[in-house]
Amino acid sequence: MLDQLESIARRVAPAVQQWAVRGVEETSEELVVRQNVAQAPSRCRDGGVMVSVVDRGGMGYAATADSSEAGLAAAFDEAKSLAHATAGRTVFDFSRLPAVTARGRYQSRVEQPASASGLKDKLELLASASAAAKLDDHIIDWTASLWTVDAEQLFITGDGGRAEQRFSFVTPNVQATASINGVTQTRSAHGQYNGFCQQGGLEVLARANFAADASRVAREALELAMAPQCASGEMDVILMPDQMMLQIHESIGHPLELDRILGDERNFAGTSFVTLDMFGHYRYGSDLLNVTYDPTRSEQLASFAFDDDGMPAQRQFIIERGILQRPLGGAVSLARARALRGDIDGVATARASSWNRAPIDRMSNLNVEAGDSSLAQMVASIERGVLMQTNCSWSIDDSRNKFQFGCEYGRAIRDGQLAEVVRNPNYRGISATFWRSLAMVGDASTFQVTGTPFCGKGEPSQVIRVGHAAPACKFSRVAVFGGET
Amino acid sequence: MDRLEHFASVLTERSFFDALAAPLCVTGDGVDRVTLYLKAETSDFIRFNHAAVRQATHVSQGYATLAVVHGARRIESTLSLTGRLDTDLATLLAERSALQAQLADVPDDPYLQLPEAITSSSRHQTGVLPSPASLVRDVAAAAQGLDFVGFYAGGPVVRAFADSRGQRHWHHVESFHFDWCLVLAADKAVKSAYAGTHWDDSEFARRVAVGAARLPLLAQTPRHLDPGAYRAYFTPTAMGELLGTLSWSGFSAKARRSGTSSLCRLERRDAALHPGLCLREDASRSIAPAFTADGWSKPAIVSLIEAGCASGTLNSPRSAREYELEANGANAQESPEAMWLAPGSLAEADALAALDSGLYVSNLWYLNYSDRQACRMTGMTRFACFWVEDGQLAAPLSVMRFDDSFLRMFGEGLMALTDRAELIPESGTYRERQLSSVTTPGALIEGWRLTL
Repeated sequence: MLDQLESIARRVAPAVQQWAVRGVEETSEELVVRQNVAQAPSRCRDGGVMVSVVDRGGMGYAATADSSEAGLAAAFDEAKSLAHATAGRTVFDFSRLPAVTARGRYQSRVEQPASASGLKDKLELLASASAAAKLDDHIIDWTASLWTVDAEQLFITGDGGRAEQRFSFVTPNVQATASINGVTQTRSAHGQYNGFCQQGGLEVLARANFAADASRVAREALELAMAPQCASGEMDVILMPDQMMLQIHESIGHPLELDRILGDERNFAGTSFVTLDMFGHYRYGSDLLNVTYDPTRSEQLASFAFDDDGMPAQRQFIIERGILQRPLGGAVSLARARALRGDIDGVATARASSWNRAPIDRMSNLNVEAGDSSLAQMVASIERGVLMQTNCSWSIDDSRNKFQFGCEYGRAIRDGQLAEVVRNPNYRGISATFWRSLAMVGDASTFQVTGTPFCGKGEPSQVIRVGHAAPACKFSRVAVFGGET
Repeated sequence: MDRLEHFASVLTERSFFDALAAPLCVTGDGVDRVTLYLKAETSDFIRFNHAAVRQATHVSQGYATLAVVHGARRIESTLSLTGRLDTDLATLLAERSALQAQLADVPDDPYLQLPEAITSSSRHQTGVLPSPASLVRDVAAAAQGLDFVGFYAGGPVVRAFADSRGQRHWHHVESFHFDWCLVLAADKAVKSAYAGTHWDDSEFARRVAVGAARLPLLAQTPRHLDPGAYRAYFTPTAMGELLGTLSWSGFSAKARRSGTSSLCRLERRDAALHPGLCLREDASRSIAPAFTADGWSKPAIVSLIEAGCASGTLNSPRSAREYELEANGANAQESPEAMWLAPGSLAEADALAALDSGLYVSNLWYLNYSDRQACRMTGMTRFACFWVEDGQLAAPLSVMRFDDSFLRMFGEGLMALTDRAELIPESGTYRERQLSSVTTPGALIEGWRLTL
């Protein structure tokens, strides 16, 4: 489909102020072995085109999977009709958007293409991991899974822009549930809802230590089922990278999305406690907090060369030495924001979940930069606290301020030493002050590249892949609590 | 462009589906059964901010899930459809051949279970929907002077199933869902919705006006509450959030058997809900199709909780085979699609008087389990929640976090359910427009635990 798209688009595009065509082709395969039984393999092949038209100051989008000349012409008609129907009644005069002329390519770095490995081999790999997770009879449920995706995208504009991008994503996971004396606990390799999600081919499995990780996951599930509840009280916490992922995502990423700040999401995903006047001077965190938008880390889930509005992507500081620098907003939001504050800056992060959704501001790769503390130094600095690993519960308010998060696995810390495993470790806080309690930032030895394939937002709703890389971090005087069961 | 042309897409036409199903759902060459499931829609998506259009999108999409079965082996593939019959049929036939070839690499699945009965059904409901241009005019007129932010989704939605044994199910509904907030400032807003199959400009305008009339209440100085236990009245909308969270593992047969359901304690009778609580999966009141993606017909009612005790689970065919249960029309996730909570006896008009002093909770937000084994949930109040004194709305609330056990709230904590159950359609549009719903009354709860 994509090989003909540009020529057809340029042939049938109407005479309008601006137009763009974004074609997407994506193939995926999901394999699951649960309790040593392979479930029916499921694969998907999805392709289609989103057409956008700016005319008379209005803007319209139309999506179709029919990329023939007639199909694309009909989509252009729909988009143009919507642009005219909304002209004069839009949040912004879209004719003021800058022309998109960028040209270039991006391709995921892939060493072992997933498609080169046969179904039988992949199922055997999962069967092996599944078998390894059944450590003893207290393991009552266990699963190994592998999700692979290859996606190709071509973005063409009437102003001569052309961005061709090819992505490969691999998400393995292992999960085990243990039950001992009426206590049931679930442990996963990298989050029950995320997995170890990265760009690349099957070499991602080695980076995830997939072949050997199942027994570790099951062992830790057993530890949790025998562990005491996490203590309650105000104490220091160390968040490991697979919990930092969620902490960054919910209490830095979402509040800094420019469309939230502009009010677009108030009916669904919510607003933000951050306002346009804060950029450039607001103290978001302690001096140790350095946050980057980084689309250049090749293995990370949301690396790319252009966002879905064709804006070139480059690494930028979002928060530097604790001070808020710029929001997460693409070209459309940026143009709207600049009408309110002329010096506001942004990053290339307007993205769509697929061909059938229009781009909106997302967070892409949003990372906390490594510091200079080893994990041992952080543990040694804590008299009473808890180390938390792997998110399993998340909740935050409309303005992305009051949050409560829970983890799968905790280790008590006493007198500078790691102590017993604890179950149901939870903590709560307020975004506007929490990051100011960042007391130590882990060095490169604690740094991990993680993310989630399931960031939800938007009307219509969109699930998108985002990356979060982070070191382990220590926060002081956090409200911590455990569970009841 | 008129409306008929605007929504014209073969993807949502029965003749197109039948033309695909007939040549595809054919056995032979080591295949015992072929199934075809279609999800298709033609949708207008229009989002508004500050009473103006932010994004207007027209989407035409169709996805066919093709599965082939031989003995205890099954493999499936989902393909997007172009709407060009020859192209789509050729693609699907090629995919069927590829799936057949791969069946040899798929191990036997001892828990594979497919319907034995051959059933068919058909529902075809047409509607009257606004054009984008008229909708934009309606919003501009009704929302003049208001900070209106909202989202309209409308158009035909189709689910269809066919198999090689002759099963044919068809579900076609033309509907709309529009929800919006009238924002006073920051996070203070009145949220309203209008959903149905026949759009009425004046009804939409009336609902906007009703919401606008409530805005002055939000302008009063907000009440900041300390953490603690409070009496609270939950509107049906807020109840929908609580029940929706409970649906996440609560009624799944697999989750119950693997010890990960939030209602394991209820099933073990370690805890009991209020004896007045009756909860069912009630397909007869549903806007969802009467069949599953695997071609199972749904029973009219599956009892989940009766008289406060666990009375049943949602059993997918796979769990049914694994745990020796009766399959009861559940989807693969074993989550409810048409949950119905029986109303109680408290007249809705008397709810504030019965509350006396406490919280009026219009909306909840971002719920999750904080301790799934204890069925403990956390979440936030949102939008137009109020402090109530002497049965009157006294002041808007600053947003508060709760952390409380559903078993406690709706066990010893349940004071009353209102006497009218309201249908709340799922407004989500992840991947496609959703067809599930929750029907629930409001509830009066004692000792609701606020934490932050």
